[in-house]
Amino acid sequence: MTTVERDNELSSTVGKPLLDGADDVKFSVRKLAVHYAELQAVHDVNLDIGQRQVTALIGPSGCGKSTFLRCLNRMNDIIASCVVQGEVHLDQKDIYAPQVDVVALRARVGMVFQKPNPFPKSIYDNIAYGPRLHGQADSPSALDELVETSLRRAGLWAEVKDLLHRPATSLSGGQQQRLCIARTIAIQPEVILMDEPCSALDPIATARIEALIGELKCDYTIVIVTHSMQQASRVSDRTAYFHLGRLLEVNATDKIFMAPEHPGTEDYITGRIG
Amino acid sequence: MAVIGASFAGRRAKRQAVTVLSDAGRLGALPRHYAICAALWCLLPALAVYIAVLAGHEQLLRWYLGDDLRQLAHLAAGDPRWVLQLLQEVVVNGGHEDAMVWEAAQRCAAYSTRIDVWRTVLAIAIATGGGVVGYLQVSPAIRARHRLERFAYGCLLASTCVAVLTTVGIVFSVLFESLRFFSAVPPLDFLLGLHWSPQTAIREGQEGSSGAFGVVPLFVGTLVVSAVAMMVALPAGLLGAIHLSEYASQRARNILKPLIEILVGVPTVVYGFIAALSVAPLIKQLGEWLGLTVASENALAAGLVMGVMILPFVLSLSDDVISAVPASLREGALALGATPAEMITQVVLPAALPGIIGGGLLAVSRAIGETMIVVMAAGLAANLSANPLDAMTTVTVQIVTLLVGDQAFDSPKTLAAFALGLSLFIVTLSLNVISLLVVRRYHEAYD
Ligand SMILES: Nc1ncnc2c1ncn2[C@@H]1O[C@H](COP(=O)(O)OP(=O)(O)OP(=O)(O)O)[C@@H](O)[C@H]1O
Ligand SMILES: [Mg+2]
Repeated sequence: MTTVERDNELSSTVGKPLLDGADDVKFSVRKLAVHYAELQAVHDVNLDIGQRQVTALIGPSGCGKSTFLRCLNRMNDIIASCVVQGEVHLDQKDIYAPQVDVVALRARVGMVFQKPNPFPKSIYDNIAYGPRLHGQADSPSALDELVETSLRRAGLWAEVKDLLHRPATSLSGGQQQRLCIARTIAIQPEVILMDEPCSALDPIATARIEALIGELKCDYTIVIVTHSMQQASRVSDRTAYFHLGRLLEVNATDKIFMAPEHPGTEDYITGRIG
Repeated sequence: MAVIGASFAGRRAKRQAVTVLSDAGRLGALPRHYAICAALWCLLPALAVYIAVLAGHEQLLRWYLGDDLRQLAHLAAGDPRWVLQLLQEVVVNGGHEDAMVWEAAQRCAAYSTRIDVWRTVLAIAIATGGGVVGYLQVSPAIRARHRLERFAYGCLLASTCVAVLTTVGIVFSVLFESLRFFSAVPPLDFLLGLHWSPQTAIREGQEGSSGAFGVVPLFVGTLVVSAVAMMVALPAGLLGAIHLSEYASQRARNILKPLIEILVGVPTVVYGFIAALSVAPLIKQLGEWLGLTVASENALAAGLVMGVMILPFVLSLSDDVISAVPASLREGALALGATPAEMITQVVLPAALPGIIGGGLLAVSRAIGETMIVVMAAGLAANLSANPLDAMTTVTVQIVTLLVGDQAFDSPKTLAAFALGLSLFIVTLSLNVISLLVVRRYHEAYD
């Protein structure tokens, strides 16, 4: 595919949606369109997501950020009315190809949901659930250790270390959110998709999660949906702006926030819409 | 008539309400609240009085006709109730040879009409009065909305009381009859006796003799039949529910769910038929082919068919419970790389467990209370046996057989039915309590 063809094809997105070096690309999304029955939630999205980078998705509520994110680990398969068209490649392999093992894919691409969804089990079992599934801990003590490090990294250990066998549902909303983050990093996926992971967190816990994202970025690829411009600018390397189901602008984060190319992006980040 | 009055008053109040309140400025309630209030003022006291007089009709007549009734007491062996009835019959027939009786009858008819008229007049008067009260109360000072609220609260409270009081009443009547039974038969013999034959006890004139009222065989029978039923219904129901809620397509679900719910409504007699005429002989043939002795009426047939009967009930309940597990939990498990089967067994089922346990215990209660199938398929013989191939009988079946036919109401045989009912009640009650405790314990742990 030549550069000219690419540019024509991507006329709807300004900035730099595609990356140059193929090695650095974790996900490459082409012509992605998602429908919920009649409603089209995502229109013609073309986007590369860089390896070991943090990509922030921003945009007004209902613009399709979560829908897009859920395409990356095929969570939309569960919704009967949802139809995904286009291509999503993970490490150059099409994840929507028929022979793909969706279960293995989801173990590689972990997800933290917009609403905390702890299992009705103990805190310990919530974290240990994934590692047990995938046989990641050889011994009970290894599992204990894994649970502790996961909770520590999510900044929850100090609060729950004496309550590990209490039901997870008795935690506060923000604690539950951190628990879900800990649960996801416990299975050590290659990619972590985070849908507004800090929406219920106080500034201290938010700072803790942002520090975690900074740490994780060395080994993992992270895609984060956020409504906080400050957060996007603090943690992300690249930022993608969605509007009404379309990807309007993608660029390096400092570029987007210093000099947005699309007037819609500028309006949004300066607080004039959304 | 009172209703018409009520609606009339209601309409007037509404008209009035509009004019008054438009002047009054700040409204305490909407006009329609005042209208309903007025209608209730009109309807309820009038209705209460009307019903009271109607109920007291005979009493009033007797009071009016006191002298006549006393004079004519010889007609009905001194029971004034019969005299009154006699007089009313005379009125209907339109004549009597005895002039005195005829006169009394006519007086009776006249009083009766008078009471009717007065009752109506009184009701209308009270309705009007109530209407006026309601009408006068159309003012911002009276908070009609709050009154209606209190009225609704009262109605709900009364309904609750009816439910609770009838239950308490039933329990107490069963309890008292049982106590009478236990004064004839020692409770220990009843509870621990291994021999149940109430018929012989009566025939040999050895009322209350120990041994004849031993309840153990009945409970063993109940246990065996219910256990067989639950062994069919629980696994099949649960697995079916999992299929229906997790794997079946929306279309299949839309067809299957109503079908299953129709099955819940099939009368148990129909199942009894199938049990007695098809399943029991089949089991007998099969058993004999295998070289086992099988009674032609056997507990296995009854249990199997009962299991099939409860199956849709269990399935439908569990399906509701499983479907109620939030989708976010499923997504959470799948996003961690769980397969659908792992998600169901490790996340969905544990989350649905309290509901499933509750449903299962309800099903057990139904199995224990089920009568028809057992009457038809398992027989009436009270054998003490744990072999499901034998004929057996259950507590409910014995209650039926004890009460069928003409029986003196205080023979131990009849009273035994109450004692059986009481013990059954205690068993199901403790089942329910246990299920509640289990569910609450679980909730405490995971909520
Ligand atoms: N399960 C679903 N079924 C039908 N329509 C859906 C479903 N989920 C999302 N939608 C629709 O798709 C569109 C995009 O929704 P999405 O959840 O992706 O928005 P979002 O950008 O994540 O918004 P927010 O910031 O509020 O989370 C919305 O119009 C929404 O109504
Ligand atoms: Mg969202």
